[in-house]
Amino acid sequence: MPTFDYAPAPESRSVVTIAPTYGFFIDGAFTRPKATFATLNPADESVLAEVSQAGPRDVDKAVAAARRAFEGEWGRLSGAERGKYLFRIARILQERAREFAVLETLDNGKPIKETRDFDVPTAAAHFFYHAGWADKLEYAGLSAPGTTARPHGVVAQVIPWNFPLLMLAWKIAPALATGNTVVLKPAESTPLSALLFAEVCQQADLPPGVVNIITGDGRTGQALVEHPDVDKIAFTGSTEVGKTIARAIAGTAKKATLELGGKAANVVFDDAPIDQAVEGIVGGIFFNQGQVCCAGSRLLVQENVHDEVVAKLKRRLQTLRVGDPMDKNSDLGAINSREQLDRITTLVDAGVAEGAERWSPECTLPTKGYWYPPTLLTGVAQTHRVATEEIFGPVLSVLTFRTPQEAVAKANNTAYGLSAGVWTEKGSRILWMADQLRAGVVWANTFNRFDPTSPFGGYKESGYGREGGRHGLEAYVTTTPATPTGATR
Amino acid sequence: MSRLDVRKTYKLYIGGKFPRSESGRSYAVQSASGEFLANASMGSRKDVRDAVVAARAAFGGWAAATPYNRGQVLYRVAEVLEGRRAQFVDEVAAGEGLTARAAAGVVDAAVDRVVWYAGWTDKIAQVLGNLNPVAGPYFNVSAPEPTGVVGVLAPQASSLLGLVSVVAPVIASGNTVVVVSSAARPLPAVTLGEVLATSDVPGGVVNIVTAQTAEVATWLAAHRDVNAIDLTGVAGAEGVDWAGLEAEAAGNLKRVLRPQVANGEPVEPDWTAAPGLERIRAFVETKTVWHPKGL
Repeated sequence: MPTFDYAPAPESRSVVTIAPTYGFFIDGAFTRPKATFATLNPADESVLAEVSQAGPRDVDKAVAAARRAFEGEWGRLSGAERGKYLFRIARILQERAREFAVLETLDNGKPIKETRDFDVPTAAAHFFYHAGWADKLEYAGLSAPGTTARPHGVVAQVIPWNFPLLMLAWKIAPALATGNTVVLKPAESTPLSALLFAEVCQQADLPPGVVNIITGDGRTGQALVEHPDVDKIAFTGSTEVGKTIARAIAGTAKKATLELGGKAANVVFDDAPIDQAVEGIVGGIFFNQGQVCCAGSRLLVQENVHDEVVAKLKRRLQTLRVGDPMDKNSDLGAINSREQLDRITTLVDAGVAEGAERWSPECTLPTKGYWYPPTLLTGVAQTHRVATEEIFGPVLSVLTFRTPQEAVAKANNTAYGLSAGVWTEKGSRILWMADQLRAGVVWANTFNRFDPTSPFGGYKESGYGREGGRHGLEAYVTTTPATPTGATR
Repeated sequence: MSRLDVRKTYKLYIGGKFPRSESGRSYAVQSASGEFLANASMGSRKDVRDAVVAARAAFGGWAAATPYNRGQVLYRVAEVLEGRRAQFVDEVAAGEGLTARAAAGVVDAAVDRVVWYAGWTDKIAQVLGNLNPVAGPYFNVSAPEPTGVVGVLAPQASSLLGLVSVVAPVIASGNTVVVVSSAARPLPAVTLGEVLATSDVPGGVVNIVTAQTAEVATWLAAHRDVNAIDLTGVAGAEGVDWAGLEAEAAGNLKRVLRPQVANGEPVEPDWTAAPGLERIRAFVETKTVWHPKGL
């Protein structure tokens, strides 16, 4: 069969300027770099920049700046004026969208078409949506009649590396809309878009201290969430760290929302539109190289269409283009870090050792950087590690079921409960399934849909709290009487 | 020698274009202190009917636009309005007899009012809609939808802040509008049309007719292809019987937003007060969808 190759279509890096070193963004200004470590381009392991490791004293400074802003200018601002700052930020993100897309792809390794068409526009949309809420909070049903919902104060936000800018937007937009101030720590492997966002805050003339950004590894995150003058914590990341945070704040006045791991079931019934389902399955697990907490990583396919679905999946996987994330034709880019690549490799090897059959399309992976081919594991049993543990990579575990009840039992047989997918032409069955599935988001005949108006978050060990929509505002306000400052008094 | 200024021709705004009245009529607009400001088009019954046709034609597209998109467009209106600040300050000061400082405050409030409604577009359904826990295996959800073409009699006194306060909530939910401007103070309305024409608002979504309220209000109230009417502008309008307009509106059961009434007389609301949801709620329909749940 003749094949057609794609000509390279590289996006230009010239739209973005990366400084050799970065400090923190505290109180409206950048600090001098200190104790720096490298952030790499995972596609070729080149060093993009050196960023600073925040220690306890830096955390103190950032939290103090946020406290001053909360008790000063920002705390006195009307909702309408807060909203206008958020509208400004949304517009600047739209204006500088290409710059953010390129920077995000360089630092994260995901394809430029995803950062360009999804991450950055959705981040801007989040700010736009929450800008509108800032002066309408009394309509959001957040407090009992006659009482007023108030901001918590200083919010500590720790975000992951899989959607660096988008997670920043999910965190900062509702926090500011409700009147809080924030100290945000991006992931150690993807700090650059957050540091560029600091410039956006400057361009928007956001008052100093309202948004503070500190970089560092897990130690910085720990110091931040354990800081006594932090009122609320918003964390997105692993279930393991989420549990650590929940333990750390036990017995304090601190509030937390935790958006953690997932092991979503994507349930395909025999009456599903199979070609459409195959597209949804592929998008569900290979979007962002599968490094998505709500990825459809467990395919539950009705037994009588298993062979057809798997054959079509294999055919479709052969057309996926894996390679240079900066190439506009790439469907899959690089894995974000060596550590993550090792984890994927270990888990898939364990799956094969336990009896799963592994298949990947023929594809040539770049020699430098962190790469993993799109992978199908068939013959997976519920007890296999690849069916129970979050792989967070481009790996789909395929299981089967015979009846809807069995599909529900298997889908819910997980410690997680973030998301689920259902594929069937029958509307009543979709709604029946949605009722049975213990998951915070259920997609029917689609997958991986996100919108600022739509709440997102999990059941069970996928964490608690919701982000987005009217419900997402709840986490950022309190209706208890005001205390002077801080949380732990 | 001082330069002679180039003055603007004030026309109607219908279907995204700026026609003169088909009647060929105009009327002199005077400042609050009685000086000549400009000749405005005196819109006719036919102009109103043309405006309804344009509004109906634009309804499908505007109602189908995503709320996010409508919000962006309305925010763009605020941006462009802010950019024309000086011109609006002049027109509001002259027409309403305000100091430049007071007029500037009015224009600022008008910009902020548009921003307020820009933020509502994608929240209306979240506040006015809900899932209904019916006693059976059914998914049941109610959500607001725009009612259609809305006729608006704009306030007579507040020629800009009042105008945006009645137009923005109507289009925020996806309706299209035919607005009859303040009769005595029509100039900011025409300039607002110029803002809308350059703000990504599709032609026909907002149609502005400068006219004598008493002459055209009846035709708008009686028009069979208008779904709702806002009678706010009857307050202070000469020769207008608002009960009569409401009776005309009953011909096709238009939704009617009555004027504010004090001591038995319609009065113009205080436009500086924080707006509520009433003006959005008045022009939406609630649609309820049922679907069974089961295997």
